[in-house]
Amino acid sequence: MEYLDFELPIKELEEQYEKACNIGSESEVDVTATCKQLEKKLKEKKKEIYKNLTAWQRVQLSRHPNRPYTLDYINAICGDTFLELHGDRNVKDDKAMIGGLGKIDDQSFMFIGQQKGYNTKTRQYRNFGMANPEGYRKALRLMKSAEKFGVPVVTFVDTPGAYPGMEAEERGQGEAIARNILEMTRLKVPIFVVIIGEGASGGALGIGVGDKVLMLENTWYSVISPESCSSILWRSWEYKEQAADALKLTAGDMKKQKLIDEIVKEPLGGAHSDREETFATVKKAIASSYDEFRNLSPTELVEKRMDKYLNMGVFKG
Amino acid sequence: MAWFKRTQKGIQTPTEHKKDVPKGLWYKSPTGKIVDAEQLESNFYVSPEDGYHVRIGSKEYFKILFDDNEFKELDKNMTSKDPLEFKDTKKYTDRLKAAEDKTGLKDAVRTAVGKSKGKDLVIACMDFSFIGGSMGSVVGEKIARGADYALKNKIPFMIISKSGGARMMEAALSLMQLAKTSVKLAQLAEAKIPYISLCTDPTTGGTTASFAMLGDINISEPGALIGFAGPRVVKDTTGKDLPDDFQTAEFVKEHGFLDFIVKRSELKNKVNLYLDLIQNQPVRK
Repeated sequence: MEYLDFELPIKELEEQYEKACNIGSESEVDVTATCKQLEKKLKEKKKEIYKNLTAWQRVQLSRHPNRPYTLDYINAICGDTFLELHGDRNVKDDKAMIGGLGKIDDQSFMFIGQQKGYNTKTRQYRNFGMANPEGYRKALRLMKSAEKFGVPVVTFVDTPGAYPGMEAEERGQGEAIARNILEMTRLKVPIFVVIIGEGASGGALGIGVGDKVLMLENTWYSVISPESCSSILWRSWEYKEQAADALKLTAGDMKKQKLIDEIVKEPLGGAHSDREETFATVKKAIASSYDEFRNLSPTELVEKRMDKYLNMGVFKG
Repeated sequence: MAWFKRTQKGIQTPTEHKKDVPKGLWYKSPTGKIVDAEQLESNFYVSPEDGYHVRIGSKEYFKILFDDNEFKELDKNMTSKDPLEFKDTKKYTDRLKAAEDKTGLKDAVRTAVGKSKGKDLVIACMDFSFIGGSMGSVVGEKIARGADYALKNKIPFMIISKSGGARMMEAALSLMQLAKTSVKLAQLAEAKIPYISLCTDPTTGGTTASFAMLGDINISEPGALIGFAGPRVVKDTTGKDLPDDFQTAEFVKEHGFLDFIVKRSELKNKVNLYLDLIQNQPVRK
């Protein structure tokens, strides 16, 4: 288990608790009372820390190395009904963007999402969850296939951004994202978007337009990462905490601004502290979202979705 | 000095004493692994030691995919004509006759409808052994009619490609089969009937430039050669050395044109899993 800086008091208590329990099992000393006390303290500390997270701390949690990634969710939700589909039918199979068909109960869904790696080797293989144009085109191909057969789409967003590479520009990173956004506004099947980690800008929105956008409690979604924002506006990377606050990028802030539709609760300590519980909550959230939209005709669905996005923006006059 | 000294002169074994191993008892894969022919058959024609997928034809694929090997063959007796009276080193008519005699097949594709895991499926499967699986008017027409059967009866359609390309002996008539088959696939797509393209070793030329690459999913078997221009042509034209895995199924998947590669033992399961998922039906066990 890895601990973030603000989680260190928890780490300390957990170590103490473990030590006390060890003493109890190795010697005759009765430590039940101490253990109980420590357990209580630990619980309170966790509550104190996790109930009062700052925006920056949530950003840190959204990038926690133990946090579940897209394929973890899909495999847990669909089990062996998941069939991964590859390729953009154009230049490449982008490993940073995955997709395929799977079932939640009796309903088929097309799942799409950015994929990060869990160690150095797989992080490189997945390009740190930064998709190239071919990733976005693969996503669109799968969405179009889902539309053809009337299968609803679920996307999992978890990216530090679309890949800013030379070849990505040559192949039209901007065009690929733009095309996806446009096509997603008028796709004739329901689209559900779940922000499970980082939602960085166009790279996130490229698979992020939907009838219902859900954000897990400890994720962020904005036009830029707090670090980059700090470096541009403060001209230094040191102001990331302030930038995180200023950007209003947490799930709560995004809901208040009516830019997302629902917040999905995470277990105390974050999605990674109880993965099974997280998977179950997300599965339930997708299933109940589908129930809300399943009876709309394609025309109603698209109209409603378009209206939702037409109403975003704040202005005078 | 000789290593062995023949003590007896003029040994002669009468024919009835000669030990004869019948042909086809053993199969040797390209990596040199030897496998018993019966064992090979029971292992989906895949060499168990190195996983090499041996080239097979429609007879074997139908057996793998249709339940209990039961199916109804469509347009069973359609055969080629020789509209151009084509002649190279041999007359086209002679080639057709020789191919038919050698293989027992009427042309390079067979189409059939049957149950796979209990549900109807129309399969058009090419045979490489018939003039290199080349596509002429018969192949085009049978595939188009197979697709039409799928369209009229609302049954998913699958093409198993295994072809060197268009049939030169029918010249531009062959070329236009690319367009003819594509018309039917467009109609299938319009009717939202799933079409699966399985590219097997080899899928090249005109087949790649038409139905083989047009599936709702394109899938392949490990190591299959898939490409438009053959590797020799590419090498001669560009003068460049080609990567070892050039035009293998793995290479083609990496470049975005295959949805997945499936081992033959898993073929029936994966094809039906896809059909259940895309048609929103309960997954068959």
